[in-house]
Amino acid sequence: MIKNDTEKLTLKSSENVGEETSTKIITTKDTVFQSKNFDLWYGDHHALKDINLDIKENEVTAIIGPSGCGKSTYIKALNRMVELVPIVKTNGEISYRGRNIFEGNYEVEELRTKVGMVFQKPNPFPKSIYDNIAYGPRIHGIKNKRVLDEIVEKSLRGAAIWDEVKDRLNQNAYGLSGGQQQRICIARCLAIEPDVILMDEPTSALDPISTLKVEELVQEIKHKYSIIIVTHNMQQAARISDKTAFFLNGEVVEFDHTDKIFSTPTDQRTEDYISGRFG
Amino acid sequence: MKYIDETVVMKRMKSRLKFNKLWKSLFLIATLFALLCLVVLLVRIVSQGSGYLNIDFLTNFASRFPEKAGIKAALIGSLWLMAVVAPVSIILGVGTAIYLEEYAKQNKFNDFIRTNISNLAGVPSIVFGLLGLTIFVRMLGLGKSVLAAGFTMSLLILPVIIVAAQEAIRAVPNEQREASYGMGATKWQTITRVVLPAAIPGILTGSILALSRAIGETAPLVVIGIPVILQFLPEGLLSEFTALPMQIYDWAKRPQEEFLYVSSAGIIVLMILLVVMNSIAIFIRNKFQKRY
Repeated sequence: MIKNDTEKLTLKSSENVGEETSTKIITTKDTVFQSKNFDLWYGDHHALKDINLDIKENEVTAIIGPSGCGKSTYIKALNRMVELVPIVKTNGEISYRGRNIFEGNYEVEELRTKVGMVFQKPNPFPKSIYDNIAYGPRIHGIKNKRVLDEIVEKSLRGAAIWDEVKDRLNQNAYGLSGGQQQRICIARCLAIEPDVILMDEPTSALDPISTLKVEELVQEIKHKYSIIIVTHNMQQAARISDKTAFFLNGEVVEFDHTDKIFSTPTDQRTEDYISGRFG
Repeated sequence: MKYIDETVVMKRMKSRLKFNKLWKSLFLIATLFALLCLVVLLVRIVSQGSGYLNIDFLTNFASRFPEKAGIKAALIGSLWLMAVVAPVSIILGVGTAIYLEEYAKQNKFNDFIRTNISNLAGVPSIVFGLLGLTIFVRMLGLGKSVLAAGFTMSLLILPVIIVAAQEAIRAVPNEQREASYGMGATKWQTITRVVLPAAIPGILTGSILALSRAIGETAPLVVIGIPVILQFLPEGLLSEFTALPMQIYDWAKRPQEEFLYVSSAGIIVLMILLVVMNSIAIFIRNKFQKRY
């Protein structure tokens, strides 16, 4: 693990509940994702250039930048989803909890079990709400109905949508509104009990009220998961994230605490972008 | 300065609208012509054949006497044929489609295969008959059996099933696959749990339509040399058999006028079978179709 971070914070550990102390001092926050000189090409197009970023656990990290700056490509690289595009080439490394995910024997299935993803457009399966949530546990071999029931309830509660859907778990998820569908997708992601959740512009297809609900949800669950969220909405980044990375033309221009980025950015380009001068 | 002059527009309006109507009527006439031909054909066949269509016709074997001639051997033979063609062509066809759409990499060789499968669908059926005669009847020594004819027919409709299945698989939105992969599902799990359930209506519709083509095909059976007058039913996959289109073809070319009517009765049976199969295809499509 990486020990170069000296931040101090108190953290309520959910794993230690029941022991004599449920609050402990953690001197260093672990790094979940460390990118070192990472480059990515789509064919001849150099989409990510020399990315160096350390993403800490139990934080919300926002990635902002204008269209085509590589922000979506970057988070899709974190769970190697980017490899679904056949012409992608990478160089350098991204480590997840100390292990390079592009290493030859790192199975993507293993990585994606730990690193869940919520997509731009809500993409529930055309199945019942129950089967949507149970999909992840089932592919990992859980067949016991009682266990599945518990996972479904816990995940739906975790995504703050249990009360809205508990009476219609057997109905098709497509009958729900767009905002509800997106929260179902978040619940479906929680059901595999991930360590990190990647969110690729999760509210860009939603109305303001649904957006607010998803943002509140991110705040509620960030203590249990590390969240990396791509957004084109700077206010959203300012509202919900602890740290913000500003991408431009495939490079990280600036990466710092969100309040720092939005109050006193060090790079002129960051300031121009957040003050709306371009993008 | 206005570019659109209202008086000119109004002057041309009438002729534009007239032209619009003219084309509409031309297209309607084209449709009606096709419909008319179909109706003439149906009326002729039903009026000629309905007299011979009764229970005896379905339960009798072929005969020299038109009034005793029946379609039993051909009907049961066609069902045997389908029992071979359906599993062989669907399993091979869907397997190929899954490979091409989900596994095969995008390169020149695979593009070449994809294009040529579509071209194969246009190869005349008699060519497939010759292929079947060479490989299945002679080389593999299967004779004029249900199995040899079944394999030949499977080859004939395989391209159609592959193309239909490919299209159904391609119609499943990529977001669905991403959702599954994003949770750590393997390719196999994604295919069986997400892609196939969504593609099944399209695959089955295409397959049933292809099967109904196989049930009506005559040329490959003629080339293989399937017998026409059989007084027994096939006992197994290696038995000789006859099929509906063969029987109808044989009756139609006989000199006695009565056999023309018997032939029409046979066509009615074949068409009822086709309508039933197509209705099943439509039913499946409407019942299981998923909207995204």
